Amino acid sequence: MSDVGEKSSVDKPGAAPGGPLAGEEPVRTGPTTGVRTPSGLRLDLRLTILTGVLVALCVTGYVLQPDSFLSESNVSTMLRLAAAIGVVSVGMTFVIISGGIDLSVGSMVALSSVWMTTLATQSYGPWVMVLCALVVGLGAGLINGVLIAYGRLVPFIATLAMYASARGLAERLSDGRTQVVEQQGYLDFFRGDLFGIPTLIWMLAVVYVVGWVLLNRTTFGRRTFAIGGNEEAARLAGINVKRHTAMVYGIAGLCCGIAALMVVARTTSGSSTNGMYYELDAIAAVVIGGTLLSGGRGTLIGTLIGGLIFTVVNSIFTQNNLESDIQNIAKGVIIVVAVLLQYGTARNRKT
Amino acid sequence: MSTETEPGDVLLTMSGIVKTFPGVRALDGVDLEVRAGEVHCLLGQNGAGKSTLIKVLAGAHQPDGGEIVWQGKPTTLGSPVAALRIGVATMYQELDLVDGLSVAENIFLGHEPNAFGFTRRGHMRAEARKLMRRLGHPEIPVGREVGLLSAAGQQLVSMARALAHDARLIVMDEPTAALAADEVDNLFRVVADLTAEGVAIVYISHRLEEIRRIGNRVTVIKDGRTVASNLDSHTPTAELVNLMSGRNVETVFPHREANTTDSSHEVLVVEGLTRASEFADVSFTVNAGEIVGIAGLVGAGRSEVLETVYGARKADSGTVVVDGKRLRPGNVPAAVAAGVGLAPEERKSQALLLDQSVANNVVLASLPEYSRAGFSDIRRELRDARATLERLDLRPADPRREVRTLSGGNQQKAVVARWLVRDCKVLLLDEPTRGVDVGARAELYRLIHELAASGVAVLLVSSEVPEVLGLSDRVLVMREGRLLTEAPASELTEAAVLDMVMEGSEVMA
Ligand SMILES: Nc1ncnc2c1ncn2[C@@H]1O[C@H](COP(=O)(O)OP(=O)(O)OP(=O)(O)O)[C@@H](O)[C@H]1O
Ligand SMILES: [Mg+2]
Repeated sequence: MSDVGEKSSVDKPGAAPGGPLAGEEPVRTGPTTGVRTPSGLRLDLRLTILTGVLVALCVTGYVLQPDSFLSESNVSTMLRLAAAIGVVSVGMTFVIISGGIDLSVGSMVALSSVWMTTLATQSYGPWVMVLCALVVGLGAGLINGVLIAYGRLVPFIATLAMYASARGLAERLSDGRTQVVEQQGYLDFFRGDLFGIPTLIWMLAVVYVVGWVLLNRTTFGRRTFAIGGNEEAARLAGINVKRHTAMVYGIAGLCCGIAALMVVARTTSGSSTNGMYYELDAIAAVVIGGTLLSGGRGTLIGTLIGGLIFTVVNSIFTQNNLESDIQNIAKGVIIVVAVLLQYGTARNRKT
Repeated sequence: MSTETEPGDVLLTMSGIVKTFPGVRALDGVDLEVRAGEVHCLLGQNGAGKSTLIKVLAGAHQPDGGEIVWQGKPTTLGSPVAALRIGVATMYQELDLVDGLSVAENIFLGHEPNAFGFTRRGHMRAEARKLMRRLGHPEIPVGREVGLLSAAGQQLVSMARALAHDARLIVMDEPTAALAADEVDNLFRVVADLTAEGVAIVYISHRLEEIRRIGNRVTVIKDGRTVASNLDSHTPTAELVNLMSGRNVETVFPHREANTTDSSHEVLVVEGLTRASEFADVSFTVNAGEIVGIAGLVGAGRSEVLETVYGARKADSGTVVVDGKRLRPGNVPAAVAAGVGLAPEERKSQALLLDQSVANNVVLASLPEYSRAGFSDIRRELRDARATLERLDLRPADPRREVRTLSGGNQQKAVVARWLVRDCKVLLLDEPTRGVDVGARAELYRLIHELAASGVAVLLVSSEVPEVLGLSDRVLVMREGRLLTEAPASELTEAAVLDMVMEGSEVMA
């Protein structure tokens, strides 16, 4: 609440020019807290709250099942279950920050998982299976991107179409059957460990790290924020908004391809029913993590924590043999609370 | 960048530029010639086509006809990148910044210094800091989010961005509309530096005194055509206005008939109004039929006071009384019901529904008045909207046009029009003439006088001190969230007010 005082102290040394500009700033930031917050700090505050929620949930889980909840095997199971959705959420974060939405991620996971496990693909060996999943995911994502950027379809519509047709194609390719993985090499690697930690968890970590660097440290990532924040400004600044948008959806598709590798490894099969409701879980993780659905603002760390919160809730419910209907209600409540939290901070930001 | 042109050489020639939008021929054969090292001013009424022309030059619009010759070579500017590459940087009329990015990121948006795709953040920040220092504002942290800066701060970022391009020609479309007097001086100093280096400036403004100060030559555009070029910037006002509008406007500030203020009837009484970190203990009254102006620098808290009176911000303490009735703090509907109207400062973010028709925007605050048994009387809406548009000279005076397609000054008129179709008791005007051309401005002043004469209490905020002095009966001076002084406008001079708002020295006129 010392803003007025601060204002005049800014004024004295600098005399007239500029004082009012720097002094204007507290007016715009949250008057309710009255704290001068450099950019990002408010997000950090929210991340702290989110982390607090996550820790509280872990404590709850521990109290309910002190023997098993935080055991190595349960943590590892939780993370391996969460890994695929976690990777999909990374791509979703990019898309939402760029001001779009991708409803087709679950279907793209299904399509990739089926395509990589057809008899034909499997006959070429494990590496071709991997390549196939990545190419199929990337390709489907780019189709979304091109339709949106160059075909001027609304993201909602374009990805809704992909949502329906990708799963349809997956069903056709697999003839509605579950395709078991015969390539033992594939399973050995992806179901195995690396330095005592499951490969799937490594993959999740690597995708997050690469995604974080791409989003926060590269020109590509910063331009993604720009496009989501003010598309016209980005265009006038000389950014190729169309190409960039197409690439963002390509990244989302690629993430789905990676997620397909993980799902196939975990279930040792590919099926057109893989990845059901991934779009909902991923969007929820992104939103809980504080990324604005309107674009232009967001963090990957938030998404990570958002996803973990869901994972822990899942685990608590299954460990205590609770009904899944209650679980879904709890999830709904978490989403609403998270959005309210976000609403509060957004309102403070712009008066 | 190589210097192929000497100062004084022709840098750019645009001839016969044509641009049509659905239903409007925005440019109908415009010619423009710019020389290196000059400040070339573009004048024209609202909607004349100035912004459209410079968007063609910036590669943001593709012309339907005409030729662009850059440094002697015919050129097509197919995209903003193409224009930036040949050395044309543009500060657009509507701020084109990304709120969520930092100052430095905005400055280098689109040409970030990078190594293998990784942004060189340290380098970028250092360069941004240098630019802000050059603009006289080293205190603006380059890491701060742009959305948190004031309008003037954002304008500076936009300017820094134009400088960052190392351009041969910088286009400035109404750069001073959001700036206060001291900022304008700052800008002009930078402009002088640039032209001394041989950079050409195309300068658009409706403030003729600015054109006198920095302009070398003037081109006048009317209805999408060049009507005069190669004019001296000291061409008399009457002649310029005549060229722009074909009308004669003698004085900008119309004569005010004897003050009809009924001082016994205080319509708006504000007492002890306070909002932590914005303003404190603001008290004043406005009588029926009186025009009260608030002078002060950007950031002095003027807009905040207006918005708090209106209930758009909630007061921490203090009271607002309208016609003897105390308003609930932070409650806009209550204020509107009590007869208060606010034309806010930021037309795009605070006032307009850009994708809706002008008519819808104009009647937005009066919907109950325009409905019978809950059904809108669209015919009456259109009729009244059209009448108001004609009064304000809003062009094209078609109430069905989408607001987005109007020129900047015409959008501003739509904001003011909203409160003209409604009978207000108290009218709060925040920078009502921002971007409005000289002729329309005189008309707007006359309208405000008429409103006051009919008993409306008007509270006006403007960064242009002459406007505050010329229009108001009484002036309040604010600095750093406090009311410094209050005096009849006739007892104040521009210099005295500027002194007070800037230094806070206790000079009274
Ligand atoms: N995108 C658009 N679609 C349709 N009409 C447009 C569009 N942009 C501009 N116009 C029209 O073109 C004409 C010229 O507008 P322009 O913005 O160039 O005016 P201006 O000279 O810059 O005016 P101001 O001084 O108010 O900024 C106006 O009639 C405007 O309504
Ligand atoms: Mg304009």
